[in-house]
Amino acid sequence: MEMEKKNLICIGCPLGCPLAVTVDGGQVTVSGNTCPRGDAYARKEISNPTRIVTSSIPVENGALARVSVKTERDIPKGKIFEVMKEIRSRRVAAPVETGQVLIENCAGTGVNIIATKTVNRRL
Amino acid sequence: MTQHDIVIIGGGPAGLSAAVAARKAGVQDILILERDSGLGGILNQCIHNGFGLHTFKEELTGPEYAGRYIKMAEEKGISYKLNTIVVEVTGEREITYINQEEGLVTIQARAVILAMGCRERPRGALNIPGYRPAGIYSAGTAQRLMNIEGYCVGREVVILGSGDIGLIMARRMTLEGARVKVVAELMPYSGGLKRNIVQCLDDYGIPLKLSHTVVQIHGRDRLTGITLAEVDENRRPIPGTEEYYSCDTLLLSVGLIPENELSKGAGVSINRVTSGPNVDDYLETETEGIFACGNVLHVHDLVDFVSQEAALAGQNAAAYVKNGGKERKGHLIPLTAEQGVRYTVPQMLNLDSMEDSVTVRFRVADVYQNRYIAVYYDDKLISRKKKKVLAPGEMEQIVLKKESFAEYPEISRIRICTEVE
Repeated sequence: MEMEKKNLICIGCPLGCPLAVTVDGGQVTVSGNTCPRGDAYARKEISNPTRIVTSSIPVENGALARVSVKTERDIPKGKIFEVMKEIRSRRVAAPVETGQVLIENCAGTGVNIIATKTVNRRL
Repeated sequence: MTQHDIVIIGGGPAGLSAAVAARKAGVQDILILERDSGLGGILNQCIHNGFGLHTFKEELTGPEYAGRYIKMAEEKGISYKLNTIVVEVTGEREITYINQEEGLVTIQARAVILAMGCRERPRGALNIPGYRPAGIYSAGTAQRLMNIEGYCVGREVVILGSGDIGLIMARRMTLEGARVKVVAELMPYSGGLKRNIVQCLDDYGIPLKLSHTVVQIHGRDRLTGITLAEVDENRRPIPGTEEYYSCDTLLLSVGLIPENELSKGAGVSINRVTSGPNVDDYLETETEGIFACGNVLHVHDLVDFVSQEAALAGQNAAAYVKNGGKERKGHLIPLTAEQGVRYTVPQMLNLDSMEDSVTVRFRVADVYQNRYIAVYYDDKLISRKKKKVLAPGEMEQIVLKKESFAEYPEISRIRICTEVE
């Protein structure tokens, strides 16, 4: 089986250890880390990197022009641009409450987009 | 003249946390003055996540973090005025503000908490030659235009400065369909947090060029491009290293400056290094009854520490008011920053009446590896802690214990420094 090597920088703390990850078949080895957090970070990044995506959506008749939003959970890193495409195509109507689901199952990820701010109707 | 126990200038994270803590400490009559149309300050435009890991043990976005403090302030019935700009504070704690409903009003506070935050260093402070075309923004201005007003700021972008706002905007503009060509940093290291370099630049393949700066602005009406050059160890451009980048937008993320015009007007003494007020461990300035916290005091990396610091200012302002406006101060001794430590906050300690423990925050002058942070009481070494890495972009802290002073009643100063071995 092919050996795969990847270099990462740990984000666990300000030290920013340079990590070298080798995947040999099912075997993952991490070197360069100075604590267990580096090992865990590297394994996650190599097998299933995920991110929270944040953006904002226009609000019709809102006291503010836009409402800030985020993915309710982290999504696969490879899906970021598909999720953004759907977020960018949407508008919502005021009022919007913090935590309210604005897009269900965004871009087929199974993850909802929720509001991170309350925007009342324009007076 | 209307009188209030505590008037807080600024309704951002510092002002809100100070207000909540002052109310918990038993002061009822608190007023927040905020110039924007809502509470929450700069957090409203910081729509990315990563806030609150220390305070709430979860990762929140800026508006969510602000929302929690706004809710606490509202539940406690703390009054505030929006769209209200303070134009003057005096050393006698008279505050003059303006808003549309009341016009120009002067009120009297028994204690004032300065929580005005900071602003961005502008292009004018950088001496970049060239015309003044449209398309050059400070990163925070672009952030507001994009996230709150909903404008498309630009399509082809160069960012000068690798402060956190610049890094965050590199990702944000990429997600909105812009092409961020390069982030250039004058210094040989980034001033931003490690996780932002990884998650905002590396994730999207945006190059970071250290020891580089913009030496020419091109375009008359709209920016058409910039010239980048490498700099030597004295930060002077190296001839022959110039590179042209076409772009319609240049974002500047080149530092934040505490906004202390009001403080200066009140006669508050300002520290040359922090550009914020000099304070003691009560976070009281050298002007009696005026306290300071958050980015107006010194620029922070993490809002969690702003909230902690501001809560302390709120408690101490409350204690001052409840003490009938009488100083609780005794023997003040200075803290001095030496050998690689640029400054400390606080700069003075009330030796007789300090709390059981006092947190001292500071920044180092350069990137250091395997250095010690040492604390001396005069010439006596008190503590020494090894740090694998120290960087100017990451605020450090040490804790001073009251009991540690028992053997040193005659101490004349506390020295905080870095040491090699």
